[in-house]
Amino acid sequence: MNKNKEKLLAKRYSSEKRFQFLGKSAIFMALLFLAFFIFKIFSTGYTAFQKTWLIVPVNFDAETMYLDANPSKEDLEDADYFEISLQSMFNLDKNANEKQQNELKKMVSYFFEREIKQELINDPSLLGKTKEIYLTASDDLDQVFKGNYPRDLPEKQRRVTDYQLKIFDQLVEQGKVESKFNLSFFTYPDSREAELAGIASSFMGSIFSILVCLVIAFPVAVLAAIYLEEFAPKNRFTDFIEVNINNLAAVPSIVFGLLGLGILLAVFQLPRSTPLVGGITLSLMTLPTIIIACRASLKAVPPSIREAALAMGASRMQTTMHHTVPLSMPGTLSGTIIGLAQALGETAPLILIGMVAFVNTIPGSPMDPAASLPVQIYIWAESAERGFVEKVSACIMVLLGFLIIMNLFAQIIRHKFEKKWS
Amino acid sequence: MNLVLFIFIVLLGFTSYYFGRKKAYTIQSTNKRLTALPQFYGYYLAIWCAIPAFIIYSLWAIFEPTIVKLLILSDYANQGYLDDELNLIYEKTKALSRGQFTGEVTSFIQTSSEKYLNLRSIAQSSKVVIVLCIIIASVAYAYKRISSNNRTREPVEKFFNAVLFTASLAAILTTVGIVFSLIFQTIDFFKVIPLFDFVFGTHWYPAKAFVRDSSEALDPTMYSDTFGAVPIFAGTFFIAFIAMCVAIPIGLMSGIYLAEYASYKVRQYAKPLIEILAGIPTVVYGFFAALTVGPFLKDIGTAMGLEVSAESALAAGGVMGIMIIPFISSLSDDVITSVPQSLRDGSYAMGATKSETIKKVIFPAALPGIVGSILLGVSRAIGETMIVVMASGLAANLTLNPLESTSTITAQIVVILIGDQAFGDPKTQAAFALGMSLFIVTLCLNIVALRVVKKYREKYE
Repeated sequence: MNKNKEKLLAKRYSSEKRFQFLGKSAIFMALLFLAFFIFKIFSTGYTAFQKTWLIVPVNFDAETMYLDANPSKEDLEDADYFEISLQSMFNLDKNANEKQQNELKKMVSYFFEREIKQELINDPSLLGKTKEIYLTASDDLDQVFKGNYPRDLPEKQRRVTDYQLKIFDQLVEQGKVESKFNLSFFTYPDSREAELAGIASSFMGSIFSILVCLVIAFPVAVLAAIYLEEFAPKNRFTDFIEVNINNLAAVPSIVFGLLGLGILLAVFQLPRSTPLVGGITLSLMTLPTIIIACRASLKAVPPSIREAALAMGASRMQTTMHHTVPLSMPGTLSGTIIGLAQALGETAPLILIGMVAFVNTIPGSPMDPAASLPVQIYIWAESAERGFVEKVSACIMVLLGFLIIMNLFAQIIRHKFEKKWS
Repeated sequence: MNLVLFIFIVLLGFTSYYFGRKKAYTIQSTNKRLTALPQFYGYYLAIWCAIPAFIIYSLWAIFEPTIVKLLILSDYANQGYLDDELNLIYEKTKALSRGQFTGEVTSFIQTSSEKYLNLRSIAQSSKVVIVLCIIIASVAYAYKRISSNNRTREPVEKFFNAVLFTASLAAILTTVGIVFSLIFQTIDFFKVIPLFDFVFGTHWYPAKAFVRDSSEALDPTMYSDTFGAVPIFAGTFFIAFIAMCVAIPIGLMSGIYLAEYASYKVRQYAKPLIEILAGIPTVVYGFFAALTVGPFLKDIGTAMGLEVSAESALAAGGVMGIMIIPFISSLSDDVITSVPQSLRDGSYAMGATKSETIKKVIFPAALPGIVGSILLGVSRAIGETMIVVMASGLAANLTLNPLESTSTITAQIVVILIGDQAFGDPKTQAAFALGMSLFIVTLCLNIVALRVVKKYREKYE
């Protein structure tokens, strides 16, 4: 009898241990996913912040460029750089045949002519001399240099030819290949060529969308929250508003995209693909988030504050505007920032209103077509070129960086300025 | 010009605030008792100055183009033009008067362009005059009210109250906007495709419904067996099911552990870390699923001799499950912590171990709340877009094999609507019909879930 009891007890204790172990492993799994995830993004993305350059001697021969000895600035702008650019690439292998010359040309980005031009315009005294110039390597060679490209594939299956690899290896041996910080990733707009693609256009698109979203959503949400929390009579209608807000907070984001498409674009005829429309769509989405945050922080203001103000003869409007609302501001602001961070990461509604269009200019206002950072991630992830994989990860790192900064900011506001009532 | 007028109104509003307040001080200096604080006099005057002007201003902005268009096109009335042609003429006129016209300039368009410019300048100047008149009239009225020391606080506060109330309508307006944007296209869609075919058809192949020439009449037979949504609905629920298979065990167990076992320190670090998973944008999950998880599953499958699609439902569903873990864990954590301590104490007093207490007492007590949180998770999974678009297939297979590719409502909406759309095309309308069904399904789930959670909260508060 006693033995049975002990056995039962042991069983119960082991079941207790099992249960605890399950709980621990669940948390461990969740954290493992997170760690793996971040590791994966960083390990594929960090190389994108480096860019490979070929150092190629360029002969700025005045005659080939149809320039006289002392050209004016306009002459330099209009000169023919194509010939000297080509020649400098062909000079890497003097014995190259026509096919090989073509391959030589493809070792650098199609921007190389402009890079050479910029060099001469910056320093006109180079005319007639030869100088070694940094040229952006093609994205395939860039990947080869970073070791992301399997070189042992048969030649037919890769985009870099054996000949290009041979010349490239010679250059590496001579120390004519260099890896430097990839500034153009931050300053260039999107491009079809991976080596020239940057996030400037989508970054500005995101900033404009978020600003539009903030300007619309913040005032409306705060006013609505004040009404619902401080003034609204308790009746069916305000209940209805409340149910509406809670439901809107859980409506899938793509439905807001359909709203933007069906109402903003089709009925109001606003310009497609612009951060203006994107921002309005996102503002409708963040509206419930901010309302809920603002109401929670209004609710946290103790009634004694209101009673004191009312007792001193303030009207309800004065009580609210002079006392309750200022006290609730830290909570409201941090809720707003968190709502904006959500909006910043939103992709699907922006795709539906056409912000996936290929934009290779940097937008200057919310009325110009643009992409946004998450949409840029989507666009690059869908393109097949190997060079874009690291760009996607790098873009994700930038986006996550922004989200972390915004969330930290929200935390700081909350902890630093929020009054604790106890 | 418009901007100048706008700024002018705003500036006038500010100045009249100061005038109103000054007037209050003058009244006060004559030893009369004020009826409200001086700034209310200022607000009163400022509101009367700016609001009527803004109302006229915006009404003008809304109606001016329509009226100008009517006046221009009245020249072309009764000449047998079709509506589309009239619109074209109007667009040409506008382009010409802006100097952006590139086609052949006919004398008709030349005259109407001159008329257009003329009308616009008349409209502009009359707008300025009318707005100014309104401002003068309303300010004069308000100033007279202030001078005779009428009440100002009540009207000003009533006005602010009305502004607050209007703002709170935004939520309702958004819902109405969603319903309106979906419903018209959906109704048009069901005029061509019978509801029965949509709900029970098993072939989804919208690419078949290519864009028609607009002159061609609609031929319903062309679309038969094209828009059967069963594979889409099945795929949606299937992927959501896979996601929940990942999210419920992990989310629920971590919620229970955090609420009942974890020390303060573990809780302090683990909870925000898990919640980071909820803050990662879904497009990032999509990239992760497509780049890492999909090929990984495919490699494993090939090694085991199974045929796994690189865009399998398992990859998309699994990653989606990871995304939903934090929703379930933090909601069930909240729910479990709000179970009253007396229930725990009672169970411990009877000699139950901690896990027995959780399983037999706390879990049943918290069940409604947990079910609510799971329903919210399901609604998330059904509405999730980017993971499915990037990691799951786009062809709608009717299958229950998690290793094959399936498609979902959201993915199909994106596939159909990416790029340019022709409104009025059944293919485009199909996306809106799908959106409508998505909206209805998630709405029902949300309402039920929110109600369950609310009922549960009330029970223990």
